[in-house]
Amino acid sequence: MRSDNPNVTQSITQVIAASSLGTLIEWYDFYIFGSLAVIIGQQLFPSDAGASALINTLAIFAAGFIVRPFGALVFGRLGDLIGRKYTFLLTLVLMGGSTFLIGLIPSYSSIGYAAPILVLILRLVQGLALGGEYGGAATYVAEHAPVGRRGFFTSWIQTTATLGLFLSLGVIVLTKNLLGAKAFADWGWRIPFLVSILLVGVSIYIRMKMHESPVFTKLKAEGKVSSNPLKESFQKKANFKMVLLALFGATMGQGVVWYTGQFYAQSFLENTCKLDFNESRYILLWAIFFATPFFVLFGSWSDKVGRKWIMLTGMLLGVICYRPIYQYFIDATNVREMEKTSLASTSAPVEERSLAPNGTDSLMTTTVTKTLTNGMTFKEAQTVTLSAEPEVVTPESTIKDVTLSGSAYVIVILLVFFQVLLVTMVYGPIAAFLVELFPTQIRYTSMSLPYHIGNGVFGGLVPFIATLVASFSGSTPLSGLWYPIGIAALSFVIGAVYIDNRVDNSVMD
Amino acid sequence: MNALKKLLGIVWMLLGPVIIIFLFMQAMDKIAAAAEGIARTNTTLQWFIIILIFIPICAGLVIFGYYAWKGEYDHLPESSSEL
Repeated sequence: MRSDNPNVTQSITQVIAASSLGTLIEWYDFYIFGSLAVIIGQQLFPSDAGASALINTLAIFAAGFIVRPFGALVFGRLGDLIGRKYTFLLTLVLMGGSTFLIGLIPSYSSIGYAAPILVLILRLVQGLALGGEYGGAATYVAEHAPVGRRGFFTSWIQTTATLGLFLSLGVIVLTKNLLGAKAFADWGWRIPFLVSILLVGVSIYIRMKMHESPVFTKLKAEGKVSSNPLKESFQKKANFKMVLLALFGATMGQGVVWYTGQFYAQSFLENTCKLDFNESRYILLWAIFFATPFFVLFGSWSDKVGRKWIMLTGMLLGVICYRPIYQYFIDATNVREMEKTSLASTSAPVEERSLAPNGTDSLMTTTVTKTLTNGMTFKEAQTVTLSAEPEVVTPESTIKDVTLSGSAYVIVILLVFFQVLLVTMVYGPIAAFLVELFPTQIRYTSMSLPYHIGNGVFGGLVPFIATLVASFSGSTPLSGLWYPIGIAALSFVIGAVYIDNRVDNSVMD
Repeated sequence: MNALKKLLGIVWMLLGPVIIIFLFMQAMDKIAAAAEGIARTNTTLQWFIIILIFIPICAGLVIFGYYAWKGEYDHLPESSSEL
């Protein structure tokens, strides 16, 4: 199939493939950090930092999201001034370079607090690059897409964020299984970062062969390119009010649904439910694998019935279903209660001694593996501090590496799949929705900002804020969900009242 | 529908400052709890970042509410020439 524009010599399939590959790699680069948050926290911060190491690592992870709107402004402006093609080539180079360098940063034990500071700086570059990438790719594809199929064609770009996450999880699980848990925690976690440079090289080669967007080329030939896209986007009330509407009525709710379903779910299963490292990732991998085609389905459907109600239904279902879903996660992994009535066997204890963080005492950890009658297994570790000073020390007991039994495993996959399905509803049509909202001269700038505030700030802060809220005294493990539920509910109301369901046939104006 | 859009505009204008006040009060409460040793983690920096980020967003919500109250969203543009 070819674009309607006679000046276009590339097929729409080539356009989508080249745009999507680069965007997928950028998402991969961006998400490996989040998927490895626990291990990176152990590498970047003192070994006795405990929960604050995870929160600080999630804060660095979130910093990358927070600067995305600034990347949208810088590169969006560039894209509206010099063109879509060269701008998102630049973002690709910045993203690939910074990801590769994160893989080379020494740990806290080697360079102290310089380690988290350097990673923070590189994480900020990643965020800026991603802020420029997505709007360019979505605009580029939409400006090539034939009339009446814009939702369908841009939905391929929409799959890249989820597939980037899928790829990052796959590379991490594969690397860990090949190297073993200890080598992976020591140095193997760097490999997924270093691999990025190869992927980016391939993508740059492909993108160099692409042509500029036909709509932008026509605009440039007519001398109608905006001289100041930032001023036109945000100082002109008629346009600025649409930026605000896109943010509060669509991208804000879409962002929290995206990051709850695809990030918080995995973080919750691993850190709150104490699910085994691989198992929590396999669950998300299966859920993403089965749900990804729905991006294209909902994108295509939005060409026929409009974008608005598909997106808003996804938000409303999230508001209604999140608490029951996460309550099930807690109940299905509550091994302390289950072992009271259904303990089948306990393995012989394994003892391990290590030096305590204070450098003088030593720690003795005794680990047993328990199996329940329903087939679930988990490890219970008891740590005793052997102090140089004689004192009474109460052993600390922790649960880890829980693995689910057959039926509970399938139900948890289905519940995560349902959350990713909601992601496909809110995210599949949104590129077409945003592209149609703004004129060509300032499209890159105008659509990028609400997209990246919605996803980068509101969405990207979900794991961080939810984990923070759940760490408060008196909170429950479900308390963190009030943040995505509240934001999605607010966005649903604004979207339902103010947004139009009309599909714009022309993006040539 | 237009009357509802305008009425809700007032709600959005009020909601912006209410969110900031709520966040500020939460921050004071949690930071004090950490200082007294009641909370497990000191979250001063985290709260500073959260409030810093949400101030401009809440300002945007107030502007959105103002536009809604003034009827700017009664008719949405159907082509770029209306922008």
